[in-house]
Formats: sequence, structure tokens, C-alpha cells
Amino acid sequence: MSDDIIRLEGITREYLMGSERVLALRGVDLTITRNEYVAIMGPSGSGKSTMMNVLGCLDTPSAGSYWLNGHEVSRMADDDLARVRNREIGFVFQTFNLLPRASALANVELPLVYAGVSGKERKQRAESALERVGLGQRMQHKPNELSGGQRQRVAIARALVNEPSILLADEPTGNLDSATSEEIMRVFGQLHTQGQTVLVVTHEPGIAAHARRVVVLRDGRVHSDRQNPSPATVAAA
Amino acid sequence: MPFFEAVQLALTSIRAQKLKSFFSLVGVLIGVTFLIAVVSILQGMNVYMTDKFAGALIGVNTFQVRSRPNIQTGNSTEEQQRQWQRNPRLTIEDASYIESRMTTPARFARAGFDQVTIGWSGKEAKQINLQAVDAEFFRIKHWDISEGRAFTPQEVNIGASVVVLGNELAERLFQGRDPVGQTISIGGLPHRVIGVVAKQGTLFGISLDKFVVTPLTSPARRLVNRPHVIDDLHIQAENPDQMRQAMAEATALMRVRRGLKPGQPDNFYLESAEGALSEWDKISKILFLALPLLVAISLVVGGIVIMNIMLMAVAERTREIGVRKALGAKRRDIMAQFVVESATLSVTGALLGIGAGILLAFAVRALTPLPAAVAPWSIGLGVSLGVLVGMVAGVYPARQASRLDPIAALRQE
Repeated sequence: MSDDIIRLEGITREYLMGSERVLALRGVDLTITRNEYVAIMGPSGSGKSTMMNVLGCLDTPSAGSYWLNGHEVSRMADDDLARVRNREIGFVFQTFNLLPRASALANVELPLVYAGVSGKERKQRAESALERVGLGQRMQHKPNELSGGQRQRVAIARALVNEPSILLADEPTGNLDSATSEEIMRVFGQLHTQGQTVLVVTHEPGIAAHARRVVVLRDGRVHSDRQNPSPATVAAA
Repeated sequence: MPFFEAVQLALTSIRAQKLKSFFSLVGVLIGVTFLIAVVSILQGMNVYMTDKFAGALIGVNTFQVRSRPNIQTGNSTEEQQRQWQRNPRLTIEDASYIESRMTTPARFARAGFDQVTIGWSGKEAKQINLQAVDAEFFRIKHWDISEGRAFTPQEVNIGASVVVLGNELAERLFQGRDPVGQTISIGGLPHRVIGVVAKQGTLFGISLDKFVVTPLTSPARRLVNRPHVIDDLHIQAENPDQMRQAMAEATALMRVRRGLKPGQPDNFYLESAEGALSEWDKISKILFLALPLLVAISLVVGGIVIMNIMLMAVAERTREIGVRKALGAKRRDIMAQFVVESATLSVTGALLGIGAGILLAFAVRALTPLPAAVAPWSIGLGVSLGVLVGMVAGVYPARQASRLDPIAALRQE
């Protein structure tokens, strides 16, 4: 139990689309332990996005239980979920989602602002997170002064700065060319070897191939869940 | 989120959209400009009225015993008017009676006046105010003599045919020549000019320098009043307290002299600056009451504009709100961000308004005789109103923002 970061039990999520009930997740059971590197795959309509939202505590399941790092988050209210997102989850989005008017450093500081970390410490921690992703020289640049790969590194630094239990990436290479994609996947690989638990939601087999475990969803259920005996590795830079 | 960060964030977004921000805070700007400018102008008018109006027309610490009011300010009932018309005229003997019995130290000057025509060397000046007065009148009025001299008590005693001219009259009649020593005709009666009173300027655009003064007993006095009748007795005390005391004494003395019983109304009138200013006080109070209403209207309009701008900002930045929520912003963090942003916007407007108001006050000071001065409290009030309007206007948009669903917000393009 102590090594279980994520435990999903019978997670169901249904939406009302007009008068029609749509079951996006139909009872998902899944356990992820510390320092796993998991890819969650599935075609569109498989419940992948809903899964990502539930795992990221952006959404709450209609039924079932979700334990994150020992806390049951499936019944939490808005502001408690916000705190969990802040402390336990580092998001990396397909479209980076950096604040355009803020510098790289200010973007990375943002989760610390909401964590209530003050001035000096916040800056130090943000700087070291940027250094960790190899952007120590570009802290004062605005997002539009950075390349796509650099932007995604800023987003990764932002995700890491609060030392979250899980790094949750949603199609992290979807807006990047293949060379840059490799570069980003190399960063994920490094973080994993440093002990970070990494979850990547993707529909690209090439990206999923980097993970040590691949979970495939289909029609709102876990279709397959297997270890990846030979994960793709990218030569270290 | 710390307050300082929120203000910085707000300033960044204001700077990013200067023109739009400016238009959005124009309402608050105008409201506060109005507040600062109107308060300073009203206070300037107050100073003007008390110093210049009262000082020039009546004199400092001075009151007049008269049969009826001279400066007609505002409303008096018709009944009151008729009562005043029936009052007996004031006489030289009334004045002597008061002067000899008054115990409060004071200066006295009897005076009568009327409009006359002045002639010199074929030229005429019509509608000139002739004042037949005691020598003390010059001191009570604080008149400086720019040429020649004033007349003396002896000249008043013997009824000398001398005059002192107001500055504008002297210039108009003599056109640069030295008036002192010349003989002018007042309604056909010759009088020698012995001096000119220094220029006093205007009051409400009316010249204070178109007059001629002559001893109370000079030949020209018969153009002013019947024998023994005067228009007013000027009494000047040394300070406001003694003035009030002297007024009480003068009232008591007049009542005794006129044989009025207790219960009977005064059949004479004491005119003082305070009395003349009471009407102005009423006007300025009304203006001060109307001011909040006018300011409130522009601030409400300004608040509505800001609220709209903030609603637009929330719509435009839905994705940003989603990102912030994903990163751990609680409802109150988002709420605080937008309320502070709205308040910052509004305070910026208020500060610009204060600047504009101060400029306006200075312009009024420079271009008009009103000594408009910016009241510090109006600046404080302006800033506070700016904060208040911004916060109130920001609450609803901020609430909308804080309640956004992060998933939907993140999905927005």
C-alpha cells in the first residue's frame, strides 16, 4: 500500500449529453506504484481524456474510489482538489499552456505561488527546476521567445517545481516535430530514472514505447495492461 | 495569491492593453476629476466670498446699522420687505447716539450714497457712486491712497468741498493727467480733487473703482440724502468677538432710542458680512449636497464599464483561468486575482482623475479670480472611491471566473 501512488477501484464516469447518458469510464481498476513510467493509450472515444482528467483531479468520478498517495480524492470538493492538484500532480499539456505574458521563471513559479511559498525560496526553486530541464539560460524569456521544445521544457519545469507525486503528461509531443519529441521523451526518461513517477497519455505508439508499462483503454475499460520489456531509449544528450 | 503579485499582474494586463484600459476607466476618471475640481472650486469660491466679497463690500469685523438691508441676497418674504420699507430712516442723531454710548471699542463712520453725474472740462461720467462719509471711512474700508491724500476729520467738520476719486473714475475723467488739485463738478457743485484711492479691481466683473468720496457735510451731500438722514453707520470692531458684542450693543441702543417695547420687532437692520454670506453658505451647501450625486452617477457608470471589461477579460482569459486552476489555484485565488485587477484598473482611473482634477483646479486659479485650492481630503476620498468602485465592479466577474470548470476552461481556444 505504501508504494501505491495511484489506486483506482471501479472508477465510473458518466456524462449527460442532452438527455442521453454517456458512460466515458465503465469501472476502471488500476494501480500504479512509485517510480513507474506508464503510458495510457487508446483510440479517441476510449475514455482516455476522461481518465486523464480523473487522474489529474480535474474531474471527479461518478462512482468508484480513487486513492492518490494515500488520500481518497474521489469525494473531495473543489478547493481540496485544487490543493491536491497543486501538491501531488504536475501537469504537462499538449499545447504547453504557459501564460503568454509571463517569463519562463514566472510561469514555473506559479504553482509555488498557489502553494503559498514566498518570494526568495520560490525563485530559487523555480530556477533549479528550470536548470533541471536544461533551461538555466532562458529564465527571463517570454514563451513566444522560446522554441516549441523549450516551451514544453518550461512546462515540465513548472510541473516538477512542487515535487509532485505524479507527472501527468497529456499528449506532450502532440505539437512538436519528431526531433523535438525525442528530446522531450529523453527528459521524461531522465526524470523517471531520477525516481519520478511518470504518466503519459497518448495515442502514439512511438511515444508509448518509451514507457515501462502500457495501459490500453477501450470503450471506457482497461483493454490491456502489460509491461514493456524493451522500452525505447533515447541516447542521452 | 499574495496581494502584491495580484497588483503586479493587474498592472501588466493594463499595460498590455493601454487604449482599452484607458477607455474602461474613463468613467471613474471623470467622476474623480469632477470630485477634485468641484471641491476645490467650491472651496475657492468660499474663500473668495468671505475674503473679497465680504471684505470689499462690508469690511473686516465690520457691520452697518441701516434702516433696511443693502445687499439683497436670497429670499425674504414680501411681508418682511414691506416691514423694512416702513422702517424710519437712520439719522445723524441716531448715529451720534450709538457712537457716544457704545462701550465696545470700535471705529465709526456715518455714510450716505447715491448715483450722480460727474463733470470735468466738458467730459461727463454718469452713474458714479457718490459716498458722503466720515474721515474714518477710509480706515474702515482699508483703502490705500495712491495719489494725494484722504480728507481729514476737520474737513468733515467744516464741510469742505473736497473729493477723493476711485482709481477707474480718475483715469476715465483725467486720462493720464494729474487729477489732484483739479476741480470737478458733482451735479453742478464744484469740488476740488485731493486724492485718488488705489486700484481695488473687480468683484463678479463689476469695477470697485468707479466712485467718488466726499465729506459727510460737503455741499454734494445734499444730492445724497435729506438733511440729517444717512444711509448707514459703519461700525468696525477689533475682532470678531468684539464685533458680535458691538452688534448686540448697537441693537440694544437702537431699540432704546426708537422706544421699542420688548416683543416689538426691530425697525432697523444690522448688516454684516456674516449675514450677507449666509445666503452664499446656503448655495454652497446645496452644491456640496449635489456634488455626491453627480460624482456617484459617473462612478456608477464607471463601475458598470469596468464590470463589462472584467467580464470580457474573464471570457478572453478562460484558458488562463483553467491553467491556473490546474496548477492549484483555489476559487478564492482566482476571485482575488480578478477583484484586485478590477480595483487596480479603477484606482488607476482615480489617480488619473486626481491628476486631471488638480490641473483643472490650477487652471481655474490661473484664469479666474477664484483662489481654487485642492483639498487633501478630496484626494483621499477619490482614491478610496476608486478602490471601492473597482472592488464592487470586480466581484461579479471574479465570481464567474472562480466558478469556471477547469476542464472546460482548458479546452477553450
